[in-house]
Amino acid sequence: MMDKMIFGRYIPGDSVIHKLDPRVKLLASFYFIGIIFLCNNWQSYTLMFLFTLLALSLSKIKPSFIINGLKPLFWLILFTVVLQILFTRGGEVYFKWGILSVTELGLMNGIFIFCRFVLIILISTLLTLTTPPLSLSDAIEYLLRPLEVVKFPAHEVSLMLSIALRFVPTLMDETEKIMNAQRARGVDFGEGNIMDKMKSIVPLLIPLFVSSFNRAEDLATAMEARGYKGGEGRTKYRVLKWQSRDTLTALVFVVLTVILVYVRN
Amino acid sequence: MKPIITLEDISFKYQEDAEKYALKNISGSIYPGEWIAIIGHNGSGKSTLAKMINGLLLPQTGQVSVNQLPVNEENIWKVRQSVGMVFQNPDNQFVGSTVEDDVAFGLENSGVPREEMVIRVNDALTKVRMSDFKEKEPARLSGGQKQRVAIAGVIAISPDVIILDEATSMLDPKGRFEVIDTIKQLKEERNLTVISITHDIDEAANANRLFVMKQGELIHVGTPEEIFSYGEQLVEMGLDLPFPEKLKIELNQLGIETPNHYLTEEGMVEWLWTSSLNK
Repeated sequence: MMDKMIFGRYIPGDSVIHKLDPRVKLLASFYFIGIIFLCNNWQSYTLMFLFTLLALSLSKIKPSFIINGLKPLFWLILFTVVLQILFTRGGEVYFKWGILSVTELGLMNGIFIFCRFVLIILISTLLTLTTPPLSLSDAIEYLLRPLEVVKFPAHEVSLMLSIALRFVPTLMDETEKIMNAQRARGVDFGEGNIMDKMKSIVPLLIPLFVSSFNRAEDLATAMEARGYKGGEGRTKYRVLKWQSRDTLTALVFVVLTVILVYVRN
Repeated sequence: MKPIITLEDISFKYQEDAEKYALKNISGSIYPGEWIAIIGHNGSGKSTLAKMINGLLLPQTGQVSVNQLPVNEENIWKVRQSVGMVFQNPDNQFVGSTVEDDVAFGLENSGVPREEMVIRVNDALTKVRMSDFKEKEPARLSGGQKQRVAIAGVIAISPDVIILDEATSMLDPKGRFEVIDTIKQLKEERNLTVISITHDIDEAANANRLFVMKQGELIHVGTPEEIFSYGEQLVEMGLDLPFPEKLKIELNQLGIETPNHYLTEEGMVEWLWTSSLNK
């Protein structure tokens, strides 16, 4: 299950999309998700789908890979769409049974919700597939910086973010080690009824918490020993460079918005 | 020659009202370019002493000075510029998300401009032979490699003193050898002062002087030859016996007389072949 999920993973590559500045990619994805809600007819959805497919093909990631990765989300989408279809009323009624009904408006809504879901998932997957987590956290720090004016701790947030990202694989490894160690001592994970399952999590969770505390203490000592005294007076090793292709991307989005506004009802 | 680190009658308790002293009346000097190994049992205060030197802990009585600068709240950041520390757990001290980020961390903290940072990071990584791993994440490195990155992070700020707080204790023999070898080379090139806290006999044998600690007190100071000639008492000091010493004990048990002073491996070989010639 974990291996199949591509949501939130990064696939190294050398495409145009990979090379874009992470700030552009992050902002563009948010912007894209925003303008999806402007769509209100099939022409506008077609436009957005075409644009998404273009972006996906530019990323040079295998389509089969993306489709496989999205399969785990299929049931969630289906569930929402079915609920929409069955519970929305309006327009011509095709079918009615108790409180459930299939109506023209319901079908329309269902299809639109489906399109929105797929578009949002595709574009956000494209973002994480083509951007290393590190660059993403750099981009977030940069974009949060203006908030420092209102005393928002942008440096601290981004430091926490990058430390959290760096420790994800380490903690995954450790979880597996503890699980195996507890298995060796007779703990059954994922067996029995729901109470048993929850109880078996305890011998995993507590050692993991305790060791995280120890790690945090070690890390804090090491950081202090290396002269870390907060965000002030620090320089940065990593810098983000804005290039002409980033400006171009921004322009593409302006054009897309103009066409979208023209096409919608 | 002026000592680079002086310890004047240091005492320390973790809690003010604790009965036991973590460190008790410790005095000593360490000179530039020396390799000092601090040895002793678990809980003898070795790590506490190391943390005193770069101001992670401050003594209740007594005074630590680094480069004639007393270690106190005021000088603490200057002291940390000249004392670098490598800790035990390779995973827990890796701050950066990639190798180069981790090496740059110390430089970022002291506000080094970016152009210079790039040069110093590359330089430090070449020194520890980790340049090929620049963009790798810590999860893809072995324990020994992570410790070498930690060393690179320390030497990038070009300190005068480098403290290894059991830096090799979680490594396999190969990783341990790599790390010690790297430190040896760096020491030669930059005339570093090295303070290593260790249970490892080979690391201790590399030192110019050994500090032996027991229950918070400094009980012996001497060259490895002097300390190793204590023979079986070494085990009580928290050290394993060096291989020549073990061999001597075995030989004594077979009724063969051996010299009382400490012999290195070469010395032992020399003695063995001359003694059988003399018969």
